[in-house]
Amino acid sequence: MKEYEEKVFKVLMIGSAIIILGLLLYITGTIFYKGFPALSWDMITKLPGGGFYLGKEGGVLNAIVGSIYIITGALVISLIMSLPLVMYINFYLRKNSLLANTIRFCFDILFGVPSIVYGAFGFAIMIYLGIRASLLGGILAVAMLIMPIMMRSLDEVTKLLSRDLPDALLSLGATKYEMVKVILRQLMPGVITAILLSVGRGIGDAATVLFTAGYTDNIPVALNQPSATLPLAIFFQLGSPVEEVQNRGYASAIILTVLILTLSFLARYFSSKFSKNKI
Amino acid sequence: MRRIRSVKDNTARYFMLAIAILSILFLLAIGTGLLFKALPILKEKNLWSLLTSSSWKPFKGDFGFLPFILSTLYVSLIAIVIALPLSLLTSIYLSTYASKNIRRFFEPVVDLLSGIPPVIYGVWGTLTIIPLISEKIAPKFVEFSSGYSVLAGGVVLAVMIIPLLISILVEVFRTIPREMTDASLALGATKWQTVKKVILRKSISGIIAAIVLATSRALGETIAVLMVCGNISQVPHSMFDAGYPLPALIANNYGEMLSVPSYESALMLAAFLLFIIIVLFNGLSRLTLNQIERRYKT
Repeated sequence: MKEYEEKVFKVLMIGSAIIILGLLLYITGTIFYKGFPALSWDMITKLPGGGFYLGKEGGVLNAIVGSIYIITGALVISLIMSLPLVMYINFYLRKNSLLANTIRFCFDILFGVPSIVYGAFGFAIMIYLGIRASLLGGILAVAMLIMPIMMRSLDEVTKLLSRDLPDALLSLGATKYEMVKVILRQLMPGVITAILLSVGRGIGDAATVLFTAGYTDNIPVALNQPSATLPLAIFFQLGSPVEEVQNRGYASAIILTVLILTLSFLARYFSSKFSKNKI
Repeated sequence: MRRIRSVKDNTARYFMLAIAILSILFLLAIGTGLLFKALPILKEKNLWSLLTSSSWKPFKGDFGFLPFILSTLYVSLIAIVIALPLSLLTSIYLSTYASKNIRRFFEPVVDLLSGIPPVIYGVWGTLTIIPLISEKIAPKFVEFSSGYSVLAGGVVLAVMIIPLLISILVEVFRTIPREMTDASLALGATKWQTVKKVILRKSISGIIAAIVLATSRALGETIAVLMVCGNISQVPHSMFDAGYPLPALIANNYGEMLSVPSYESALMLAAFLLFIIIVLFNGLSRLTLNQIERRYKT
């Protein structure tokens, strides 16, 4: 009986693990299978032409560039905010200080706040300030979304850093600010991992940019112009009744998936490098 | 020279402190901002009647949230019911049975799964789950289903929350002291008995925290659910009926509601409700998980 139960559950466990691996392959496989026939150079190098939404020529360059603009802006903002924050709670405050723990707790919660809430909140603020759906709005909303991810992963790597280096720097007479500058260099691989993780999450999210960035067939040239994004491009193309447009939606999905998978692998590479340096 | 350095140091210190305080206020700001926008409708109508009425006719001024609340709950419940056994078994396997190599292989699998954007899950759902439900599963139970249903939403959400569940559960199981499982094994218990009687019993609070956290992720997921749920404002009577979860409601209508004043306020109320529930869920489960981690360290 005992052995029987043992065997049954072992099979169930291995089965579940295989199902989960299967799901990953199934999802990526489906996307590639459906999207591959419609994938072409035009998709990545051309703007939507006239009649693009009826199945005529063109690509989603507007969405690719728009997504890159938005994520770059959001990245800069969230780095400017979270780097000092993480340095402060790790090196300026006492270990287990109430303020540091409160901040960590707040960001744990912010991490769980759904992207649609950031989108709605961002849009509400934009109405209040009189900004229309634009590149700027999208950047601010995505910055709110990726800020918790950035902060949490920076905090993780900073916590791992040995205390010897900061102590040595301080005892040599460096001010805390000078110490932080040196430590930052030491943390570089960790910072890159945090950036890649945040980009991966931010570039794939549709709900934040739905109201805040708008959509356009052109590449925005100023902050107050609306901007297309890759997830929304997929979403809108799939909603079309025209089959060619739908197929292009699947091809756009490949572009986004490949982008995300690459970012994910790179993040893994840099974080493994980081832990190798430390241990 | 020394003065410049200390001025720099102090400036940096106060700048950082300011950011630290701002970051705490940010959470409050979102809450109050959403509540402020939701106030007009709360003044006009009783909150309880808004939550329990199922008549949604924005242009007549009827805002009954019941269909959306129920859809959200059904979808999340289905997601948890599917995802929990799979994640629980897999994480037990990874933390007690699997060899180091298998664990090392599985880590990126979970990572990649959690990295796939919601819109891709949505595409996958419409391509595979929808036809599966409308052609294979639904005909056995009901006369007709388009496939765009509460069940489809639940299945897609289940796949989306699996990586979150696994990564938290593996962490929770890791905090069980090695001596405890060793003692159980030494007394002649089989591995599974040890899992059942020691590991699961010891980590029950962590498992609950993980479920609550995953539920709150499911409650707020938007685009994927929007793509597979059908979005008809009705109270779904079976798993194969179309549903219309709250986040999908906000996403579908928010841009165009500005002409009807209380419409905007109603959608903001929806966002506020989502926000409050998720903050509460997240807060409680994070506190539990932090406590478990602290116990592990000391």
